[in-house]
Amino acid sequence: MTEPVLEVSGLSVRFRTDAGVVPAVNDVSFVLKRGETLALVGESGSGKSVTSLAVMRLTPAPPGCEVRGRATLSRVGELLSLPEAQMREVRGSRIAMVFQEPMTSLNPVLPIGEQIAEPLRYHRGMARAAALREAAKLLELVGIPEPGKRLASYPHQLSGGMRQRVMIAIALACDPDVLIADEPTTALDVTVQAQILELLKALQARTGMAMLFITHNLGVVAEVADRVMVMYAGRVVEQAPVRELFRAPLMPYTRGLLRSVPKLAPLEALGAPLTAIPGNVPDPANLPGGCAFAPRCADVRKVVCEAELPELDAVGAEHLVRCVRWRELAA
Amino acid sequence: MVETSPAPHPWSVSQPKPARAAEDIVAVESLRMHFPLPRRSPLGPRETVKAVDDVSFSVLQGEVLGLVGESGSGKTTVGRTVLRLMEPSGGTIRFRGRDITHLSRRALRPIRPDMQLVFQDPFASLNPRMTIGSIVETPLLIHRKELGRIERRDRVADALRLVGMSPDFANRFPHEFSGGQRQRVGIARALMLRPGFLVADEPVSALDVSIQAQVVNLLRELRAELGLSILFIAHDLAVIGHISDRVAVMYLGRLVELAPTRALFQTPRHPYTEALLSAAPAPDPDLRRGRIVLAGDPPSAINPPSGCRFRTRCRYAEPACATATPPLQEVAPGHFSACRRQELVLQGAG
Repeated sequence: MTEPVLEVSGLSVRFRTDAGVVPAVNDVSFVLKRGETLALVGESGSGKSVTSLAVMRLTPAPPGCEVRGRATLSRVGELLSLPEAQMREVRGSRIAMVFQEPMTSLNPVLPIGEQIAEPLRYHRGMARAAALREAAKLLELVGIPEPGKRLASYPHQLSGGMRQRVMIAIALACDPDVLIADEPTTALDVTVQAQILELLKALQARTGMAMLFITHNLGVVAEVADRVMVMYAGRVVEQAPVRELFRAPLMPYTRGLLRSVPKLAPLEALGAPLTAIPGNVPDPANLPGGCAFAPRCADVRKVVCEAELPELDAVGAEHLVRCVRWRELAA
Repeated sequence: MVETSPAPHPWSVSQPKPARAAEDIVAVESLRMHFPLPRRSPLGPRETVKAVDDVSFSVLQGEVLGLVGESGSGKTTVGRTVLRLMEPSGGTIRFRGRDITHLSRRALRPIRPDMQLVFQDPFASLNPRMTIGSIVETPLLIHRKELGRIERRDRVADALRLVGMSPDFANRFPHEFSGGQRQRVGIARALMLRPGFLVADEPVSALDVSIQAQVVNLLRELRAELGLSILFIAHDLAVIGHISDRVAVMYLGRLVELAPTRALFQTPRHPYTEALLSAAPAPDPDLRRGRIVLAGDPPSAINPPSGCRFRTRCRYAEPACATATPPLQEVAPGHFSACRRQELVLQGAG
């Protein structure tokens, strides 16, 4: 169960804009193993979504956007250098994606049955009738009642939670090895979010797919992840197994993020102010020299932190941290 | 209420209060807001969306009342109706003791400076062609025409300082700022006329976690400093818990529970509140435990279920729940719940 299915190394994405070259993702590397969930956490502008889009080869074409590095999918090979025609065979079949906003990612004028059948017809060459029968099974799998009837429904006739279930059915149609879920529950109500998280976990247990789960919500991370990768200003700043990350975070940004989450418990803390991280996320076109978090960091030592970019140090076999002071701070 | 005269301290909102029994700034009784739908056929029935149905509560002087609910629960409609941005279909709204339920736009105008709104989306609610300074100044141009240019500029600078921004930003445009800073501008604009009452409609849900905490803390400080009363609308119970004195929970147009914050979290008395508390994922991987996953989606507000509206998703529902709508009853001092099964022992947070 621990064979790697997706290995990303040295991934960098730069956008060319009127304001100059913006490095959105810098030197990101990670391994995703069969059956596991890796959560990619970060705030807006941290590069987490661009990372997933680059792996899916959905970033804009050059010269507007430049992608470097490698992303190797087992049984397929290196994705970033694959010709588009071959990538089209892989996308939606071996590696699939669920987006945040199910209303804008579904086709509003096509019944959902047709939309679920499409990948089956395209990738598997199934006939329409057979693909629709399979679509009904998939709807049942994602927990939609009366799946046979629902095939003819249009997206606007479904609730947000139902639409996200349809998105998941489309993504899972061809039984992918890797599912990239980009903020799949952010647009949903909390009671419906709980349903979708349960569904994704159950489906993963059943199919053994690996999940790259992108979110800004640390509660959701604690719920679904096996391992966590924290991104800040386009770089990985910490990576660890989920328990270790929540119990013993080392990077001051991770610590600050965990402290700033409003919690329901303990009740004594309810009346107290939240612990905010001061300042704002830096402009990616104008990153500070040295550690990008230094201007907001409570533990900053200007001389060392702003001198040069800290390396991603290995704390243990599975724990990486990008902070020059992590040894002092851990003590 | 006549137009408010400038208070002695520039930002305090201690205004002459008419003498009355309750110390509430806003009192809402049996509020209804029904939206008629177009007929499906010329002879068909006229259906209505009962967005808000028989909602009663009050916001006390200096209090933050949290209003929590999922999308479609009617919480935003309550906020807008209380501010009289819409005229309710039924019930009464009292503001500082005065019935404002059916006041005309003209009659409302002198009251407007005293009740203001902070919007959810700091990107859509600031005009991209106006500078920060002119955005914050606009309320003065409408309601304080007697002020001169210099005085207005000074007040804009004060307002920006109050929300933790440099007055030097007055000449910049919204796109030059991050979401958190824009939300500060929205708050500065809302406070410009020194209101006593603020409706904050999901003021932090569009913001990143680290920034969310900054804005929640800012609202806490402003409330303490200025003695503001706030109706804080949000879908996130944890955020609500960190700012509210009392919390009201809405489901499908009705209030199902209303209690002091701690009591609501510790000993919820309505199954929907219990489910909300349980569904919120805790940032702790060791707490992946027995959560109550509600089946299905909230039903439509056009044809809500008979009796208790939550019964179709409630794990404690009995046949009797379908017959009569349970009223909001006081089940403990200051703790109200609309569930007929008050014998239930429900699970709280923490």
